[in-house]
Order: sequence, then C-alpha cells, then structure tokens
Amino acid sequence: MYTLNELMKNDLQLYLLIFLAAFVLTGCGTENETEEESYTDIVWQDEFDTDGPVDSDRWIFDIGTGEEIFGQPGWGNNEQQYYTDNPENIRVEDGMLQITARNETVENSSYTSAKILTRGTFETTYGRFEARIQLPFGQGIWPAFWLLGDDSDGNETWPQIGEIDIMEYRGQEPTVIHGSVHGPGYSAGQAVTDRYTISNGRFDTEFHVFAIEWGPDSIKYFVDDVMYNEITPDDVNGEWVFNDNSFYIILNVAVGGTFVGSPSPQTPFPQTMLVDYVRVYKE
Amino acid sequence: MNPIELKSSQLTILAGLLLMFTALGCERSVDGLEEPDYPANPDVFINGFSGGLEYFPFEDSRQDAFSVDNEDTHDNTEASMRFDVPNEGDPSGAYAGAIFRDENGGRNLTSFNALTFYAKGTKAGTINEIGFGQDFFGNEFEVALNDLKLTTNWRKYTVPIPDASNLTSEQGMLWYAEGPEDGDGYSFWLDEVKYENLPGLAQPRPAIMNGNEETQTSFIGSATSVSGLTFTANQEDGVDVTVSAAPAYYSFNSSNTDVATVDDNGRVSVLGEGTAEITASLDGLDADGALIIESLGDFTPAPTPDEDPSNVISIFSDAYENEPVDFYNGFYEPFQTTTSNDFVVDGNNVLGYENFNFVGIEFNQDVPTIDASEMTHLRMDIFFPDEIPDNSALTINLVDFGADASFGGGDDSEVSSTLRPTTNPALVSGEWISVDFDISGLANRSTLGQIVLDSDSGAGLQGATLYVDNIYLYDSSAEAE
Repeated sequence: MYTLNELMKNDLQLYLLIFLAAFVLTGCGTENETEEESYTDIVWQDEFDTDGPVDSDRWIFDIGTGEEIFGQPGWGNNEQQYYTDNPENIRVEDGMLQITARNETVENSSYTSAKILTRGTFETTYGRFEARIQLPFGQGIWPAFWLLGDDSDGNETWPQIGEIDIMEYRGQEPTVIHGSVHGPGYSAGQAVTDRYTISNGRFDTEFHVFAIEWGPDSIKYFVDDVMYNEITPDDVNGEWVFNDNSFYIILNVAVGGTFVGSPSPQTPFPQTMLVDYVRVYKE
Repeated sequence: MNPIELKSSQLTILAGLLLMFTALGCERSVDGLEEPDYPANPDVFINGFSGGLEYFPFEDSRQDAFSVDNEDTHDNTEASMRFDVPNEGDPSGAYAGAIFRDENGGRNLTSFNALTFYAKGTKAGTINEIGFGQDFFGNEFEVALNDLKLTTNWRKYTVPIPDASNLTSEQGMLWYAEGPEDGDGYSFWLDEVKYENLPGLAQPRPAIMNGNEETQTSFIGSATSVSGLTFTANQEDGVDVTVSAAPAYYSFNSSNTDVATVDDNGRVSVLGEGTAEITASLDGLDADGALIIESLGDFTPAPTPDEDPSNVISIFSDAYENEPVDFYNGFYEPFQTTTSNDFVVDGNNVLGYENFNFVGIEFNQDVPTIDASEMTHLRMDIFFPDEIPDNSALTINLVDFGADASFGGGDDSEVSSTLRPTTNPALVSGEWISVDFDISGLANRSTLGQIVLDSDSGAGLQGATLYVDNIYLYDSSAEAE
C-alpha cells in the first residue's frame, strides 16, 4: 500500500484525487437540477399528488370538438379528438396527471382525449413556467404544454391575445419538441418557433422538464435546463403582445390535425401523457 | 523493494477503474452464484471478423456467396462483408445464405438492445431474412428482420432484440438468406456489424398471430401452434421496425387448461370441449393478438380406407403413401374466400376448409402430374359440421391437363360429380360422406393435375366449413378380382 503522501507527487495528482473523490461521492446520485437562480419563488403549482379527478380549484375543462366553443370542430387545426372529462381520458394517479388519447368514437369523432386550462383560476404575466412530463408516442399524437393570453371577456381574439407554446411534440418524432410564440402577424404557419432534438434518449420513455423563463421582451426556452432558444421582439414580425397581457396554462393531448397529420393504423392506442408537476416561479 | 511511484497517467487509469467499480456498484448487487462469464463483445464485423467467428453457409446455398471486400467499405474502413446472390438457375446454389457463429462458446448480449449494421446493394434489392440467433444448435433465440430494403447507398439498419436477458451465451451472431430478385442475382455489402444499446430504440410491442385474434375450430386430440410471433420497436426517427422472433422469447398462457394447453414452444394441445384463449407475454409485456381454440369435443374420424395399396394412388390420406402435391389450397385470388385450417387429431391429418366457396388441390407445378390411366374411381371423405341448407350443392371436379401437362393449352379435360341433399350419397351434416366417384368417363387421365371443389351449383354451402380426408384414386376392377 502507498500512503496519500506518496501519491501526491504534484498538484495534478491532487486535483485528480479530488475529482475522483467527488465522483465517488456523487456517482450514485441523480443529476443536480440547477434552477435558474433568479426564479426561486413558487407562486402556483400542481404536484398531482391526490388520486382522482384533477383539482377543480386549479383547472377547468374544454369539452367537445371545438364546435361547442368556436362554432366549428377541430380547434382551428383540423384536430380529430373529442375532449371529455372522463377518468378514462384524464385522471390523477400515482402522483401523475394522466391525459389519455383513445381511439373510440364519441359524437362522430374517432378519438377521445382531454384538455385542461387554468383560465379564470390562475393567470399571470412573466415567470418561469415548467412541467415535468413523459410524452406519449405514435403517428398523429400531438401533446402540448402551452399558454394563452386573456381575451378581455371576448373583446380580443387570437392571435392578438398571444400564445406561448412551451412544448409541442409530434408523436412520430420521439426525439424532437417545439417551442413557439404566436401573435399578430406571426401566427399559425408563420409562428416564431424552434425545435430541440434530444441526443441519447427520447421524450416518450422518460420524464423531461420543459420550461420557459418569460420576462419583459424575452422568452427563453428550456429542456432539462438546456436553454435552446430565446425569442425577443426583434424575432417577431409584428406587435410583441407578451409584456402586458396575463396568460393561463393549458395541457392537452390532441389527435390528428395539421401539425401532426392523422394517426396511422399502426399508431398504438391508448396513448398517455404523464405530468409529474406544473410549477410557476417568480423572480 | 523500491518504493512504487505512480505516474499521473497510471493514477488516471486507477481513477478510471475505481469509477467503473463505483458505477457498477450502483446497478448490481452480487447475490449467490453467477453464471459463467461469456464476453460481452459487441463486434461482429468492423474492420474484419471479431475473434472466434466462423462462416457456415446453408447447405443448399451458394457456398462462396460471402467474401471479405477491402475495396468497397462503409466510411472507408479496412473491410466490409460482401454477399453475391446467384442468378436463378446458378448451379452453384439457388440463393445466398449463411450463419456466422461464435465458436468460443458464445457472447453475453444481455446489455444490448439491437444488432445494427450498415448495408447497401448493387441495386435496391430486398434481403429476405437477416438477423441473429441461428446457431444450428436449435436456433432457440432466432430473430429475423424480413424484407430488408436495400438502397444503393450505405444506410444503417437496426434489428431489435426482443428480450436480451435471454442472450447470456448467444453463438448465432448474424445470419441471412437472400435469393435472386426477379431471377437476377446481385451483390450487397454489410459493414460495421455490431450489437448496440441504442437509447433511441423504445416502445417494445410483442405480438402473436401477427397481432390478430384468430379463432380455430378444433377437436379433442388435435394439435396446433401459436404462429405469427413478432416484436416491434420504435426507432429514434419514429419509424417502427418489426422482427419475427422464436417462441423462446415468449411466455404462453391458456385461459382454460381443461380445453387446451400450450407448451413453451407455443404448441397447443386440445384436451376438452369448450373455448380456450391462448395469449402470450414477452419480458412482462402482454403480446397483442390471441389464438382462440373452439373445441367441438370428440372428433369422429373418417372411415379407414380398405383398398389394397397396390391399387391406390393417394393424394391425401394417412392410410397410404401420398403423391406429392403443390398445395391443398391454392388461395386463388381474388375470388376465392376459402381459408385453410388443417388439423391433426390423434395423429390423423385432416384438411379443414373454412369460409368455403371453392378450393383447388394441385399437382402439376413443382411436382409431376398423376397418371391414373389404370384407376377407375376418385374416393373422398367429406364432413360438414354445420347444418346444410336445402339449396346446397358440392361439385367435385377432376381435371386432366393433357399432353402439355399444364393448365390450359386446349388439351385439358375434366369430369365432375355434384352432391346435393337429395343425391346418393347425400349432402348431410354431422357424419362422414364417402364419395366414390366413377372417373372412367374421363378418357384421358394420364396427366391429372387438379381437383377442384366448388359451390357453383348451389349457393347454400357458401361460407361453410368442411373437413376432407382420404382423397385417393383407385381401381375398382382390381378390387373385384
């Protein structure tokens, strides 16, 4: 055996030892999740810790095909699902929110799913919005974690109200998510968007944290603490509508529609999005 | 003894080793006996064969189809595997095919989830089968990717491992079989053939009966097998890849073992009357699809033929040696609805036809036509398990293909006999109908090529189920002597 003194021939070796010791100590732990230090104050959260229906103090439902709300089905995107509040489509279980898309016919729609919103229960401007999610997969599956601006009791309409898509995902691209903003002059196909491709993994086999940090004239997009995009007024081809309006949170799993295309006969159903938590931090 | 001095490079190695230990320590605990340690070497062919690998071509294949190519390689590596698929009719072999076996006792592949390789062809051929697990020692964990479509550029391909925990000492590292494309041979290459643990390969979905629920009518004593065993995984690019896999990857289950049992190889034995659902799982995942056994109970076998074998030309019977046939069901598209559910009861083979409209038995394509010049009768035992509507008619057609010994050509002739509920013998259900059909009216019967059963003369049998046994030609005059 050698003593430590014998080993410490020079500084390099000392550093190596320290490095080694650090590894041994932390080797079995999980990765440290470093929150952006400026966002430390949780102002709203749902940890989905109580089994059963979603908390009606925090969330409301959109029900139907969109025709009930917008006068025509498809939610503006030719989506094919009928949203319900049935436990088969949405429930809290094992500490997770589960939104499940099924291929079952309801009211002339071939699929059912669910969509929940914090409209009227929680709306705010600025902050870090994050959710820890394991996504479903398969051609034609379109889950999303996103924000919409308040419409001032119907006095304003989309896209003037503003839309911030923290995470959108095509089930047929299991390693890619999209983050976007929509506003006047830059909506739908002209939205300002970027995609993030995960290396050495997938979004449907493990949980990932999707977040934005939204402040005056800036929206930064994160996946697992990697900032992959920042959108500022310079990036948008129109009015920046994200500095004064208050926004609410939406979680949903759409089926079909212009963004993903229709499911194929090979798309496995049911498909479930698991949400561990949704949190909103302020500086 | 001199004091030992470690250089920093050595210390780094030490640190690395210690790290490895720490990492392993988190995942595994040592409990009791360990299996012998086979190497987890992932390499099959990178710049040449990995150690211990041997080439065994299939017996009837072109023996020299495989060679090591130092010119055309992926990414300008030193060597690739080249395969020369023969032309149709090549005397050196009808196809290319081989296994590549580890001769050092096998590899431990449990830490991998796929066999991967780069491949390209001289043309966009389709490799019939390529995979692993064929070792010529029972091929217990055989896996095949069917119809791999090549391009003329190097492309990476993935063959997922259904459940790698089985592969603790696998010897069958790579196998393939490929025939000519539209009669023409061609060449293809493989390179960087290795096992990998791909993080992007996920969403495993096993299936039996190709993911369908299939119902088979059976009897006590009959045997059948679970088939269509597949395993589908989703690749990083979102595209599914499906392989066919050996039964040893699956665990089979019967919902009612009083009706049917299933063994580790997916073989089903019917023991009682009733319904049993055969399902499977793989590594804890329920397989899609099921085989539903509907057992009607005891089977009444057809009467055992008593003609002297020397006066018989048999086409389907356990009592005689049968002439070779092309098939007992031609599945003629697009008008035929008849499906086959042949079965064995207590060692007795029976042809089962379901969803009947018409069906053909042929012996003229890859086998000789039958010379029945000396025969006077066609015998056939037929059983209808279900009720027979009044408007039913079953016509038996025996066709001679004439001098050209093939269908058409203006020299075909045929003789027919139609059974109805009113004829003798009559169409009845629930008992064997023995048809002795005089064929002496068929002048030329030296080049018989086909027997067709049809329902054209009476629609009542359309969709029916019938069992057929003991189809043979015999000479009644010899019997009388």
